[in-house]
Amino acid sequence: MILLELFWSFFQIGLFSIGGGYAAMPLIQNQVVDIHPWLTMTQFADIMTIAEMTPGPIAINAATFVGIRVGGIPGALVATFGCILPSCIIVMTLAYIYFRFRNLSVVQGVLAGLRPAVIAMIASAGISLVILSFYGERTLPNDLTTIQWIPVVIFAVGFVVLRIWKTNPIYIMAGAGAAGILLYSLF
Amino acid sequence: MKEKSKKFVKLFLSTFQLSACTFGGGFVIIPLMRKKFVEELHWIEEQEMLDFTAIAQSSPGAIAVNASILVGYRVAGFPGALLTVLGTVLPPLLIISVISLFYAAFRDNVFVNMAMTGMLAGVAAVICDVVITMGKGIVKQKRVLPLAVLLLSFVAVRFLDVNIILVILICGVIGALDTILRGRKAKGEEK
Repeated sequence: MILLELFWSFFQIGLFSIGGGYAAMPLIQNQVVDIHPWLTMTQFADIMTIAEMTPGPIAINAATFVGIRVGGIPGALVATFGCILPSCIIVMTLAYIYFRFRNLSVVQGVLAGLRPAVIAMIASAGISLVILSFYGERTLPNDLTTIQWIPVVIFAVGFVVLRIWKTNPIYIMAGAGAAGILLYSLF
Repeated sequence: MKEKSKKFVKLFLSTFQLSACTFGGGFVIIPLMRKKFVEELHWIEEQEMLDFTAIAQSSPGAIAVNASILVGYRVAGFPGALLTVLGTVLPPLLIISVISLFYAAFRDNVFVNMAMTGMLAGVAAVICDVVITMGKGIVKQKRVLPLAVLLLSFVAVRFLDVNIILVILICGVIGALDTILRGRKAKGEEK
């Protein structure tokens, strides 16, 4: 039963994450934190962090991680399979249409229409991560002064470096990890 | 026959290698694939790779998986697509499996905890950067509709707790209608 639930959740994540990259992030959060009690927000943030540090698409990383925790190795396999099945079916179909008619304008129109919505959703999930990072909680506390300054500093420096030098995120992650060890050891 | 199985092995190993080296996911794998399959192996034409990129981006799911399906299918048909998908999925599957086995012990370590707390701030910065870069693209279009879609979906998801799949479906329909209407308008102007 749990395997079926895993399959269905990750099938939906695979089916509705359009636009690549971080598009899957809000859907994963929705399925594994909000709808199912599979991960806490901290564990979700951990898997996003691990996904950033390890090769492979975010959705596959999350599927494996959640699958193993919830249903062992079979869970990981089922979740990953569910995640890629929509891709397999749809990409094959699109490829067929494409080579037949050489026209994808409506498909691309759908994608163009989705892009702003996808950005909005990534922004929303991103804000949740910022709040978790700054306050250690999922939602903003009543007392905003309880903010932890070490993550704020790491965030600010990382953000400025990314904006100015367009650094590869992997270096930001490594730097942020090292800064975390250094600052928390010192203060 | 031997030639064919050699090609299959090469196809699998190439995608496995590419997937194992693609950090951060998303679009990164496309230039690597182009280098491998267009420049090195000459299995795919330059123009085809561009088309594959468009299809991979327009389809649901991870770009890396989508692109590898197309490459596999083009090089060796349906079995080829199965092989390339397997090659793309296996590295993250194996790596994350190993990590999640050690996750509990790993997470309780004081230094790991410090590093993870720092890296969470790092991820947050990376995502904010991505959102701003992507958002700029929308602002540059100077059209009201995409901006309105962006703002309204943000409010709907962030503050009104609207189901995100519903938002995706509605915005997809809006995008399709917008393309069709604009296509008609452009045609009308041509006449």
